Amino acid sequence: MAAPWASLRLVAPVWNGRIRGIHRLGGAVAPEGNQKKKRTILQFLTNYFYDVEALRDYLLQREMYKVHEKNRFRDKEWIRPDKYGHFSQEFWNFCEVPVEAVDASDCDINYEGLDNLLRLKELQSLSLQRCSHVDDWCLSRLYPLADSLQELSLAGCPRVSERGLACLHHLQNLRRLDISDLPAVSNPGLTQILVEEMLPNCEVVGVDWAEGLKSGPEEQPQDTASPVPA
Amino acid sequence: MIRRVLPHGMGRGLLTRRPGTRRGGFSLDWDGKVSEIKKKIKSILPGRSCDLLQDTSHLPPEHSDVVIVGGGVLGLSVAYWLKKLESRRGAIRVLVVERDHTYSQASTGLSVGGICQQFSLPENIQLSLFSASFLRNVNEYLAVVDAPPLDLRFNPSGYLLLASEKDAAAMESDVKVQRQEGAKVSLMSPDQLRNKFPWINTEGVALASYGMEDEGWFDPWCLLQGLRRKVQSLGVLFCQGEVTRFVSSSQRMLTTDDKAVVLKRIHEVHVKMDRSLEYQPVECAIVINAAGAWSAQIAALAGIGEGPPGTLQGTKLPVEPRKRYVYVWHCPQGPGLETPLVADTSGAYFRREGLGSNYLGGRSPTEQEEPDPANLEVDHDFFQDKVWPHLALRVPAFETLKVQSAWAGYYDYNTFDQNGVVGPHPLVVNMYFATGFSGHGLQQAPGVGRAVAEMVLKGRFQTIDLSPFLFTRFYLGEKIQENNII
Repeated sequence: MAAPWASLRLVAPVWNGRIRGIHRLGGAVAPEGNQKKKRTILQFLTNYFYDVEALRDYLLQREMYKVHEKNRFRDKEWIRPDKYGHFSQEFWNFCEVPVEAVDASDCDINYEGLDNLLRLKELQSLSLQRCSHVDDWCLSRLYPLADSLQELSLAGCPRVSERGLACLHHLQNLRRLDISDLPAVSNPGLTQILVEEMLPNCEVVGVDWAEGLKSGPEEQPQDTASPVPA
Repeated sequence: MIRRVLPHGMGRGLLTRRPGTRRGGFSLDWDGKVSEIKKKIKSILPGRSCDLLQDTSHLPPEHSDVVIVGGGVLGLSVAYWLKKLESRRGAIRVLVVERDHTYSQASTGLSVGGICQQFSLPENIQLSLFSASFLRNVNEYLAVVDAPPLDLRFNPSGYLLLASEKDAAAMESDVKVQRQEGAKVSLMSPDQLRNKFPWINTEGVALASYGMEDEGWFDPWCLLQGLRRKVQSLGVLFCQGEVTRFVSSSQRMLTTDDKAVVLKRIHEVHVKMDRSLEYQPVECAIVINAAGAWSAQIAALAGIGEGPPGTLQGTKLPVEPRKRYVYVWHCPQGPGLETPLVADTSGAYFRREGLGSNYLGGRSPTEQEEPDPANLEVDHDFFQDKVWPHLALRVPAFETLKVQSAWAGYYDYNTFDQNGVVGPHPLVVNMYFATGFSGHGLQQAPGVGRAVAEMVLKGRFQTIDLSPFLFTRFYLGEKIQENNII
């Protein structure tokens, strides 16, 4: 927040003609040197004139609006591509801003592509749902996000198995993990239990732990006939 | 009739062939060929039994450019890369001779299947890094039309090496080298270790190195089958037989210092068929010794090591089979899903196997405890006395465990410095080695295969320079010791 506030200067020379008029009251518009003197004059005038006070509030609001415009994403608004898959040019204005959440669902992101995501040191939420190229090797690359990542979703990834889920134990700040609908996991119920044991502070979502269990004593005679693979 | 056309000067000298060795040069053997043709024509004529068209489908071909002795993961890797790097399709004819197609004693199938980059030699680290990227993209490298993709079942859980006080400094410098080469390894103090893995007892541990990426274990059998399938589709011929003899020729030459040296060149490989006395002489240009634990026998057949000890002729290939045991046990309260392959300060190691609280592991015996490598029988007392105490000390949960099964396999152990032998022999000029990796052959196979193929096709190592691994180091006495052998 330091940069926006630093740019917030009530006497910044980005004024239209009408406002300039006010400054002529307090002296010529000049850079740094006269600022302190000017601010006290404006302050003095504000204390005496309601109009000047109202004007100053209005100017302040305009500055704040500009800052909010700059930090628009802070209101948790997602930046999405348009219907052609292109991102708007304004996105380039947000170069310095840390990215909190990435939704890469249904994306073709692969092992090398994760290079770009791993540089986001303040990423809190990552969604890799239904990514067809995300596999166990890709999951082993996620450990640099351990300090910040709180939410991870791997639902529906066809190549993720329980062996890749084992390397999620580096992500100790994870609070929510979605591992539903992973076709490559051999035993979803048991995997859910083991992952919950591995990440005690995390809410693991997606699999009903009773899924792998046999139901009821009436089925037992049938089971002894067919050997259960060890 | 044809004989009259030959110039008189050539005479009989060229046409006689001595049994066993040939003196170099080009022998046309007109007489023999003419008599063969006459025999064939006579047999086709009516009234004779046509016994020329015998079924030789079980025999290897009569000619092959490269003969690879040994069809394990290293031999198949060399075959694969030879075919991949050849200058045009079908340029090289490769034959892989494997004694046992069930691979019942081969080190590849019996291996624990780990891959790690935590070595002390930069070459080893580079080989493992390349192998990791090979395994990651295995379905692009080994894709065969209409065949299902390979599932190597790779567990990216990493290796955790523990070091005591006296090894801590060496481990730190090793990790520095590993990081320089690009391996992602992190060092942990005992406190951090306890934080991360609460089931570890850090008594006696001064430092630990943990591989974060590209390390873990996979299914070696699947890799072997995938390589076989791909290599067969690329046109490599397979033969089930045993190499019993090399027919070679020698040439006496002078070195630049005017010392006489005898260079040998192998011309034929005699491949004996399984359970029979039938053999086929395969004429070849290059022989690759990838026979694993039995490489020394193959080298002895080629005459390597026959000479006064201390000379280059007398330097044997120091690879011998060493038996290693792997035990599988069940421990319900054992370490969880995140368990890496833990290698203890005592040399004992273990890793998880599957989801059901099963673990497998073992320990390399000391020199005095080495078991007899004559067979693959498992000694269960070894686990009781030499492995379990160390495991129980390191992981208290392992005090109660139940051994489910065990097996034994061979290391192709290099008694000189426990690192592989790669490249040509200085005296037997067309025998190349790809053996002696002492337990880390599987994880370096893709890189070594490529290096040997480059050496054969281009004459030098191009991607990874394995010149420290050449045979000459045995004669010169230059050991390249690898410290981190499990």
